[in-house]
Amino acid sequence: MTATAPHPRLTKTPEDGHPAHGPRRPLRILPLTPAVVLLLLFLAGPIAYCVYIAFTDLQLTGQAEESFVGLDNFTRAFGDEAFLNAVWLTLVFTVVSSLIGQNTLGLALAVLMRRASKPVRTLTGGIVVTAWVLPEVVAGFLLYAFFRREGTLNAILDWLHLPSQNWLFTLPILAVSFANVWRGTAFSMLVYSAALNEIPREITEAAEVDGAGGRRRMWHITLPMIRRSIGTNLMLNTLQTLSVFGLIWVMTRGGPGGRSQTLPLFMYEQAFQNSLIGYGTAVALLLLLVGSLFSLIYLRLLRTEV
Amino acid sequence: MALTSVSRRTTRRLAADAGLLVVAGAFVLPLAWVVLSALDPHANLRVKAPDGLTFDNFDAILTPEITFTPLLNSLILCGGATLLTVVCAALAAYPLSRFRSRFNRPFLLTILFATSLPITAIMVPVYALFVQVDLIDTMQGTILFFAASQLPFAIWLMKNFMDGVPKELEEAAWTDGASAFQSLLRIVLPLMGPGVSVVTVFSFVMMWGNFFVPFMLLLTPDQMPASVSINDFFGNRGMVAYGQLAAFSIVYSTPVILLYVLIARRLGGGFALGGAVKG
Repeated sequence: MTATAPHPRLTKTPEDGHPAHGPRRPLRILPLTPAVVLLLLFLAGPIAYCVYIAFTDLQLTGQAEESFVGLDNFTRAFGDEAFLNAVWLTLVFTVVSSLIGQNTLGLALAVLMRRASKPVRTLTGGIVVTAWVLPEVVAGFLLYAFFRREGTLNAILDWLHLPSQNWLFTLPILAVSFANVWRGTAFSMLVYSAALNEIPREITEAAEVDGAGGRRRMWHITLPMIRRSIGTNLMLNTLQTLSVFGLIWVMTRGGPGGRSQTLPLFMYEQAFQNSLIGYGTAVALLLLLVGSLFSLIYLRLLRTEV
Repeated sequence: MALTSVSRRTTRRLAADAGLLVVAGAFVLPLAWVVLSALDPHANLRVKAPDGLTFDNFDAILTPEITFTPLLNSLILCGGATLLTVVCAALAAYPLSRFRSRFNRPFLLTILFATSLPITAIMVPVYALFVQVDLIDTMQGTILFFAASQLPFAIWLMKNFMDGVPKELEEAAWTDGASAFQSLLRIVLPLMGPGVSVVTVFSFVMMWGNFFVPFMLLLTPDQMPASVSINDFFGNRGMVAYGQLAAFSIVYSTPVILLYVLIARRLGGGFALGGAVKG
């Protein structure tokens, strides 16, 4: 089910002026009130508070009250090797698991599903979506088991006579990146399936009659026609990936030695394990700013469809 | 030519089937581990045939402390927040769907913006704020925050579904003197029953699996939902009983998998992300 836009109206009707039907204007927006109050108090409020605390030295313990410290928290962050490490790892995590992994695998699955037989399509779709629906912590434990030295991945590699290693120790950021691919590909698959379904069959068939091979059809017809879905999917994947905490927390705790500590885990460590709420909140604010940037890009991509 | 075309299509389908089965195999391995280990008296970290089937792992975890209390907590948190989310979303979606206003579009864009913000980032200020207003370590505080965090996407979905209900049906009711609230309650919501179900189940599923929100906002062990208790109980590496972990994972995950199956077909429309902005 897709909502369709009403045709733009060419002439004014009574509804544009004084409505002949329906409730009076002041009462119309009343039903929005509960949602707006909830959003203002519990989302907008914390965001505003985030902006405030980020400029203080608020701590968890032993402090009568916080004092204003200007940009100290931010200066400290950009001079902090652990913070820069977290930024770099977040970048690796996002590029590998979201842009490359979820996006391309999701698209590949969506394309293959249009050609596959129904039983295989249903089976594969069901398995991929199950991975997505599982609670984050459960997914973390399953993938922890998979990547451990004594886990299934090494068992398979041994069986294939390929070198195995302690993935969670030697390549922790790649292990959690692949884990996030496993966990999040379903969303991309669903988005791309919906987008591919919108391509008129006649166009693809016409190209096929003209002798265009599969690869050429993909490159010149399919991808251009779903480019907006590619854009929105990339933005949403990136934003979702910026938020990942539980999966990494369960698998590696951000270790060993901070080598899989993305920004959310660094933020958590500073705020709660080091009791530096102000500093942790400054990192949170930076995360929010980056998230806002991608979110605005996402909105821009959506608006081109209107 | 026709024969070649048919053969080519068959070949393509077989190739697609093969590709999908490889992916299915890769994705199913971790899932297979949890099922097989739950039934294995000597489970370890590898997917293997159980050493004789047993339900001992389930017996071990099906206790009030390990399973029933956390699941009840999850139900209270997620149920309460879902109810609040759905009611507020249905109310909010109504004017957005039914009445033209120059504020609709900015509001919807703000909602869309909110759906995609990294929620993890605001948990630190939420924690600090909740400490200030004494909502930390309370069920009601967590429920309210959960509801607020799900609300943007719920409003988005709800408006999408509501747009699918013909406006003419309501206009007749208005002519007969029905108030907006009456037409929402008696005409719109019944007609979009399936849509309301999707929003309800989707919100519930998202919250059921959420780890970080209750991890941050709840401190008392007795209040922990399953998502946090599984981490507390099994997350200390040295002494993990993998079979029991797998059994708990199955018990904890089954509700959301079943619920998702219920709404899967109808959720597809929600992924046509551009639809609602055109309103």
